[in-house]
Parts: sequence; structure tokens; C-alpha cells
Amino acid sequence: MTSQAPGLWPPSGPEIVFLLLGAVAVGSALLVVTTRQLVHAALWLVVCFGALAGGYLVLTAEFVAWVQVLIYVGAVVVLLLFGIMLTRAPIGPSAGLDSGNRWAAALVAVATAAVLVTVVITGFRSAYAPLQPGQGAAEPLGASVFRTWVLPFEALSVLLLAALIGAIVLSRTDIRGRE
Amino acid sequence: MHVVYPVVISALLFSIGVYGVLARRNAILVLMSVELMLNAVNLNLVAFDVWLRDRLHGGQVLTLFVIVIAAAELGLGLAIVLAVFRTRRTVDVDRLRALAEVVRAPGSGRLDGEDAL
Amino acid sequence: MIAVVALIVLLPFAAAAAGLLATRLGTRNLGPRAERVAYRRAAWFAIVPGGVSAALTVWLAASLAGGAGTSEGRFWSELLPGRVEGTLTVVETGSVPISLTLRDDGLSVLTGILVVVVALAVQVYSVGYMRDEPRYPSYSAFVSLFTSAMLLVVYAGDLIVLYAGWEIMGLCSYLLIGHWWEDRANSRAAVKAFLVTRLGDVGFLFGIFVLGTAAGGFRIDDVLRADIPQGTLIAATLLLLAGVAGKSAQVPLHTWLPDAMAGPTPISALIHAATMVAAGIFVVARLYPAFLAAPPTLDVLGVVAAVGMLGAALAALAQDDLKRVLAYSTISQLAYMGAALAAGSDLAAMFHLVSHGAFKALLFLCAGLVIHHVGSNLISHMGGLRRALPITFWTMTIGFAALAGLPPASGFFSKDAVLSAVEHGTGPAQPFVYASALLTVGVTGAYAARAWLRTFFGPARVEPLAEPPPGVAHVFDGREAPRSMLWPAGVLAVPALLLGLAGSAAGSAAGVKVEWGPAAVSLAVALLGAGIVYALWRSAPEQDPARLLGPFRVPCERAFYVDAAYAALVARPVLRLARAVVRTDARVVDGAVRGSGRATLGLSGLVRLAQNGNAQLYVTGLFAGLVLIAVAAVVLT
Repeated sequence: MTSQAPGLWPPSGPEIVFLLLGAVAVGSALLVVTTRQLVHAALWLVVCFGALAGGYLVLTAEFVAWVQVLIYVGAVVVLLLFGIMLTRAPIGPSAGLDSGNRWAAALVAVATAAVLVTVVITGFRSAYAPLQPGQGAAEPLGASVFRTWVLPFEALSVLLLAALIGAIVLSRTDIRGRE
Repeated sequence: MHVVYPVVISALLFSIGVYGVLARRNAILVLMSVELMLNAVNLNLVAFDVWLRDRLHGGQVLTLFVIVIAAAELGLGLAIVLAVFRTRRTVDVDRLRALAEVVRAPGSGRLDGEDAL
Repeated sequence: MIAVVALIVLLPFAAAAAGLLATRLGTRNLGPRAERVAYRRAAWFAIVPGGVSAALTVWLAASLAGGAGTSEGRFWSELLPGRVEGTLTVVETGSVPISLTLRDDGLSVLTGILVVVVALAVQVYSVGYMRDEPRYPSYSAFVSLFTSAMLLVVYAGDLIVLYAGWEIMGLCSYLLIGHWWEDRANSRAAVKAFLVTRLGDVGFLFGIFVLGTAAGGFRIDDVLRADIPQGTLIAATLLLLAGVAGKSAQVPLHTWLPDAMAGPTPISALIHAATMVAAGIFVVARLYPAFLAAPPTLDVLGVVAAVGMLGAALAALAQDDLKRVLAYSTISQLAYMGAALAAGSDLAAMFHLVSHGAFKALLFLCAGLVIHHVGSNLISHMGGLRRALPITFWTMTIGFAALAGLPPASGFFSKDAVLSAVEHGTGPAQPFVYASALLTVGVTGAYAARAWLRTFFGPARVEPLAEPPPGVAHVFDGREAPRSMLWPAGVLAVPALLLGLAGSAAGSAAGVKVEWGPAAVSLAVALLGAGIVYALWRSAPEQDPARLLGPFRVPCERAFYVDAAYAALVARPVLRLARAVVRTDARVVDGAVRGSGRATLGLSGLVRLAQNGNAQLYVTGLFAGLVLIAVAAVVLT
């Protein structure tokens, strides 16, 4: 797999696109965790998820990319926005979005990043994956899901049902716990 | 496509998610950060799936599953956040301190019975 | 025959058990009569077994007198030549076996007679003396237990058996001195007696161990026959001497005896004059061959005796408490016996032991009568009692005569035997001992005369005492004490008067004659001492003849400050040390414990700062730990 791999530099065309998308994703993710406006954070999250979806496309995982767009960019962010709205968060910049734990958190995050980046670079410096379009199309993926992974898939459906019921129970104020 | 690129980006995203989880006060922002971490994992899965050319598409299928689970998690998480908001009128994580020990009255830091010794 | 010996020992023991357990059995429903019933029952329990024991002892003596002679060459072996020994069982201890052996020979029976007779007299006397005492049943039971223990010592054929009796005696002494424990001073005196004798008993026990280990057995015969190196023997006998000094109140350990007078007077008569204090002398006589083979021990004993006899006699001269006078005279007389033993004559020592037992018990019983009548122990409260108490007067006169060594009372003969033994002694300290003994004869005459004159002659000084404190007998209206108290005194007066004649007769039969020359000298010295006191008293009957001691009077009264010295040298440093230990315990040990507790609390307070309920902080810690573990895993592998 890695025998005839080209060097890391210069990057090929898809790689350049992917790196640009990755930069957008990382930058918008940074904005998500640093912005002073709740709503902006949700919107930067949309950008981040969109960039990631683009990344998936470059990686030939088309189906995952569309699902990403559908569920994350569509459903999840909308859900988050509803959450923000329902908790009556202030619209506009608010000062106290970061807790006093910030510096410890930054330290831990930087350490995590250092460890992870070091490890993956050491481990996969020479790994090369030639891209073949059509690998992650809906058809092979669907076949795989409904043949090999059908049991986990069904289990997930049960999980979703349970989450649905749980969310309903939690949200409704007229259902009381057993006293 | 060198595997290093997606994997490094995924590591950076994950670390950013860690920072967000640890540093943000608002519970909804914390949930967003969790989503960031999950996406980092998804990127990883997809990259390795592509690299290993899995015939069963284990990586991508697992990515789909993770997306589903993330949706379920987010739904439940938001429900919990709303429940907390209903009772406490706040969703600031560092002000929800029910886990802490019951704070005693000042000056009574000594154990009972120590005076009798 | 040995069964009889066992019976003699066990009867008082059974009496003690019955007295302790059965006197109040079934008296609960009798109401106010219960006390009377218990009292009467206890009296029977006390007297009947004692009487049977005494009768059996006399029978034993008679049968021994007809026994086959032994070659020991001592006067009791001439008098009572028989010898019986019986072993119940041999206890294998793994190293040196202990044999539960009883033996009786002349020495045992002689002492045994003294014990049972005095004990019986004391029991009969106590019936009257302790009439209104609510704790009479336990009192009489302890007296019986004491009698049993003393008889066990006397008839023991094994050193460990002897030691058992020895220790039980110490216990009974403690219990009986502290009989009126409500008074703090009495319980203090009891504790003091217990501790001081215990101090000697440590030495005694180790002496027994040394002897037993060296001889390979604790049986007395084996020990005496064993071939023990002289160094071991000296060590063993010196250790034994410590116990003897404790029990017989010899000089370094004598201080408990005067304080022991806090007990009831019959107890003073029984334990602290006639029997228990004699146990030390008896043990030396019992193991005499071992002591004879260790001359340094005998020299030590001689010096101790010489110091003790004169010092105690001088102290007796200055005391104001009648019982303390008698207590110091007991120390002095016991020192005489020690001197005789040191000089090599166990014959004289045992002779004096028996006669002293008789006349000292008599003196104490009479002192009890006097105290009973006056309601006070102090001589300065007495006087002119000759007419009020004629019987007491005569019996006590016999006692004092015997004490001072005036013929024909028993003390004259026995003391003469001691003096001549000391005179013929060969040890390096003998001249000193002899001089001390002779001086003591004079001082003895002086203090006997003083006590006699101050008690029975001169102006009456009886002061009405409203309510006698505990520790002092109750005042009676009657002129003389009840019969049960007079009879024992009267009976004891007979041997006190005549025992000397009998003893000297028996002694001359055994080839030991009274030496009239030294006897005349000692008599003259005693009369001189008595005469000086009489002259002083004549000149001023209301004043204390003890003033002849002049500036030495206060030191004598305080017994030369030995108690104060012990308090300063032993008691106070020990107390200070104990307080230091308490302080150390409170500050250092407790401080360490409390400090570690506080340090833990403080540290946990620091740790608790992290436990503030902020879930983000927890997760931060979690991630930090994860990163650390990951780094460690990467670095270490």
C-alpha cells in the first residue's frame, strides 16, 4: 500500500483541497470554543461540520458526507439552536462563557494535542491511501449495512427509540419520578 | 492521500473539543464541544477506512452509527439541560455543584469528639 | 500421719471458704436478725476448725515425740525426734519439677503449735473485739485463710509450696491491715505493707529459683542435700534474705510494720507479732544448712539485725502510740532472732521465736483490751488503769516482764539463749552485734517500763471521746472487756510465763544449759534501763519518761526518718518519673496521635478543595491523568 507512495511534499491536488478544508474545520472549531456569542458558536459549528463534510467527500466517503450534512448540519445544529433559545441565553456577546477552569483546560488540551499529534505522526508518517472514487457510495455502504452490520443497525434503532422516550420523559414536566 | 493529514486534523479537532468541554460554562456549548470530539473520531474512522480499503466498510458504517448515536446523545443531553434549566434557572456547568460535599458552618472544621480526647 | 498434717492445713482453709461463702447464706429473710446470725455463724466457722487443728497439732507433736530419733543434732530433734513426709504428686514443669510435698518434723510442729494456739486465741478474742463489726465474717475468714497459709509455710516440704503459703500470707496481711479501709490512712498502710513485702518477695522468689535450679528440684530435703557451689549458695541465700527481711520486718524493709498497726488489734497480735513476721525467721531456720554454708550471708544478717534491734528499740522508747511501741519492739525482737541465726544458733532463734510469739501475742491482746477500754491508741491518753483493769494489768505485766527479759518469764530464758549464742558467735561482725544486743537489752527494759508505767500507773488521763473514728475500737462502758477477750489473754499468759522454764528444761535435756553469767549481766542491764525510766517517772509521773532521750527524742519518734528518706529517695522520684511519663504520654504519644489526626484532617482539607462539585474540574483531572498515562505508556515502552 505504501510502497509506491509519493512524498509528503509537495501535496497533490486532493490533498491541498483536503488541507484547506481541514484548516477551515479547525479554525471554525477554534471559534466555536472561543466565541463570546452562543448563537455564533452554533453557526461556526455549521461551518466546521460543513468543512468536514467536504473532507469526507475528498476522502471518497460520499454517503457519510451527505449524512453528515443532513444530520449534523441540518438536525443537530437546529436542535442546538433550539436549546439555546429555550434556555433563554442572551443574544449577543456575553462575558461569562468561559469558566475559571480555562487555563487548566488549555493546558490539558494542548497536552492532548501534542501527545496525539506526536503519536499519529510517528505512527502514520508513511501511510498512504490511494483514493478510488465510488468506494463510499450509497450502494456498497447500504449493502454493507444491511448485510454485515444489520444486527448493530437494529440495535441502534432500539437505542434511538430509547433515547426518544427518554428525551420525552425528561422534557415533560407532568411526569414525576416515583416519590 | 497521505493518512497523516486527516489524522492530524482529527487530533487537532479532538483537542479543541477537549478544551471546549473543559473550559466552557454553558452546558450547550459543552455539548457542542462533545460533538466536535465525535466528529474528530468520525474523520479518523473515515480516513482509516479509506486507507485500509475495508471490504465491509467497517469504518464508514461505524461513522454512520456514531452519527446516529451522537444525535441520540444530543437529544437526551438537551433534554437534561432543559430539565436542569427548569429547576435551577441556569445551565452554567460550574454553578451546578450538587456533587460537592455539604459545606459546614465556618469554624467547625474539627471532627466531632476530637475535643474529648 | 501425713493425712493429719494435710488436715491441719486444710481445716482452716475450709473454714475460710465457708466463712466467705456461707455466713450469709439464707439470712436474707431474717431482716434485722441477719447480722447477728451471720456473726454467730462466722464465729463458729472460725473457732471450731481452728480448735480441731490445734488439737491435731498437739496430737502430732505427741506422736512425733515418740518417733525415732534423727541425727540432726538440734534441740527440737531431741525433743520431737519423729519426721514424716508425704508427696501428693510431682508436677513436671519441663525443667525443675515441683513436688507437692508436706513434711512435719520438730521444727514444723514447734512453729505449728505456736501458730494454731495464737490463731485460736486471736479468733476467740476477736469474737468479742469485733462484736459490732459488720464485716466480721470476712474478717474471721481471712484470719482462717491466713492461719492456713502460715501452716502451709510451716509444713511445706517443697520450696514452691512454701512460697505459695508465703504469698497468701502477704495477701491476707494486706486485706486485714486494710480492714477499716474507709480511713484513707489504713488503706495506705495496707498498700505500703503489701508493696514493701512484695519488694522482698521478688528476691525471695529468685532465691528459690536459684536454689531449685542449682539443686535440680524444689524439695527442701533435696535442696539441702544437694552439692551447690558456694557462690551460688551465697547468691541464693542473699536473695532469700531479702524476702526474709521483708516478711520479718528487718532493717531496710521494716517500715511497713509500724504502719500495719492500722489494722484491728487482734490482727496485730496474730500477724504482725506472733506468726507472719516469724515466717522469715522460720524459713531461715528451715534452710539453715544452706545459710550455714554461706557465711557472708550470715554476716549480712548479723549487721542487719544489730542495726535493726537497737534502732527499733530506741524508736519504741519514743513512740506515743501503744501499738506502735509494740510494733517497734517486734522489729527489735525479730532482729534478736536474726542475730541468733547469724551467730549460728538456730536453736536460740527458734526458742526466742516461740517465746516471743507467746508473749508478744499476749501483749497485743492486752493492748487491745486497754485500747478497747480507753478508746484511744495513745499512751498519753492512758494512765492509772491498774485498778480499772486488774486482769489486764496482771497479764500485761507478765508480757512486759517477758519482753524485758525478767525472770522467771519466758523472755528471760530465750533472750539469754540468744545473747549467749551471739557471744559465742565467730563471724567478723559478732562483737558489734553483741554490743548492740546488750545495749538493746537495756533499751528494751526502758521502753517496757515506760509503757507499763504510763499505762497502768500514775494519774488517770482518760478523756471522753465522742465518736471513735474507724480504726479505733469502740468504747465500752464495762470496766473489763468481755470474757471471750479476757480468756485468750489469760491463756496466753501461761506460756508467756512458763515457756522459758519448759524450754530451758528441754534445752538442758538436749545438752544446752542456761549460762548464768551472761544471764546475770543482761538482767542487770535490763534492770538498769528499767530503773532509769522508773526514776524519771517517779520524779514527774505526769511527764513522759521518753524525755531522757533529750534531743534524740524526735528522731527516735520518727524512727530515724527512714520513712522520710524512702519517701525522698524512692517514692518521690518514682512519682516524679510517673508524672513525667504521664506528661510524655499526654504530650508526645497523644500529641503524635492527635497530630497525625490533625495533619490528616489538614491534608484532607487541602484535597477537599478539589472536591468542589465542579464537574469540569473533575473531567480536567481525568483528562490530565489520561494524558499522563498515555505519555508514560509511550515513554516507558
